[in-house]
Amino acid sequence: MADTPILLREQQYHQIKAVLARLRMDASAKVVFLVDKDGQEIASLGEVGNLDTTSLASLAAGNVAATGGMAALIGEKEFPTLSHEGEKESIHISVIGRLLLVVVFDDRSSLGLVKLRSKQVSHQLATMFDEIASNDFDDLDSPFAGITDEDIDSLFS
Amino acid sequence: MTFINYASREINCKIVYYGPGLCGKTTNLQYIFDSTAPQARGKLISLATETDRTLFFDFMPLELGTVRGFKTRFHLYTVPGQVFYDASRKLILKGVDGVVFVADSQEERMDANIESLYNLEENLKSQGYDLMKIPYVCSSISEISIMLLQSMI
Repeated sequence: MADTPILLREQQYHQIKAVLARLRMDASAKVVFLVDKDGQEIASLGEVGNLDTTSLASLAAGNVAATGGMAALIGEKEFPTLSHEGEKESIHISVIGRLLLVVVFDDRSSLGLVKLRSKQVSHQLATMFDEIASNDFDDLDSPFAGITDEDIDSLFS
Repeated sequence: MTFINYASREINCKIVYYGPGLCGKTTNLQYIFDSTAPQARGKLISLATETDRTLFFDFMPLELGTVRGFKTRFHLYTVPGQVFYDASRKLILKGVDGVVFVADSQEERMDANIESLYNLEENLKSQGYDLMKIPYVCSSISEISIMLLQSMI
């Protein structure tokens, strides 16, 4: 298979949330997400309210994938950041290896500030995920191990 | 790639609907959307042209209850079926856990089905997957179409 699964320990998950909380505060952002390149939301923090975070994660990944495809066509490896500025709300996306750091902000912040703060935590998140990738999960029970055909059938009944 | 969140006890899987243009991939997703309880599904997002042809993908999250204490959530995607959107199809297959191949049941679209099936195999290979190893379902309103296509692989 193409990629190894991302398996987070609970403590690491809380460490990531702490980094995102600091970024949100430093960048005066509304919402901060960490998403993988396949569109799976890893963590989110902020004024989520009625925001459809699942769809936003999927569309952010699609957006990065599409611009990555364009980058490849013109001989670039990828575009490491993407920004979309709206009238009131804006989005900034940073590509950090297999991860996407998505920051949603409004006029309480500015693109420059968000870019700066995102860049500052990018190195930290990259180091944390290098550590996560090298985790040994042999001691962890796979949730798939005990699943029987009956369990799966019961989902569809 | 299945995403397992031990902290929130969730398993997320990515399922991609593949098939030739106008075979009914978006219709399949629309049908699932219409026939599932609102609390089990999220929004159906369609990135389509003004004439309702899929431009990039359709997306819908679907929750199917719990297995061994883990909440199971499926992320359903469709690809654009038209031949010239191949770059988009490749991108959408990234991290896929299972494929539903939707075949067009019209006899005159059999060549398009076969071409799309070969394209699926090729695009999966470019992402490091093997069609023979990945969970794969073939769907059509015609049994004959399915049998013919299954005999191809």
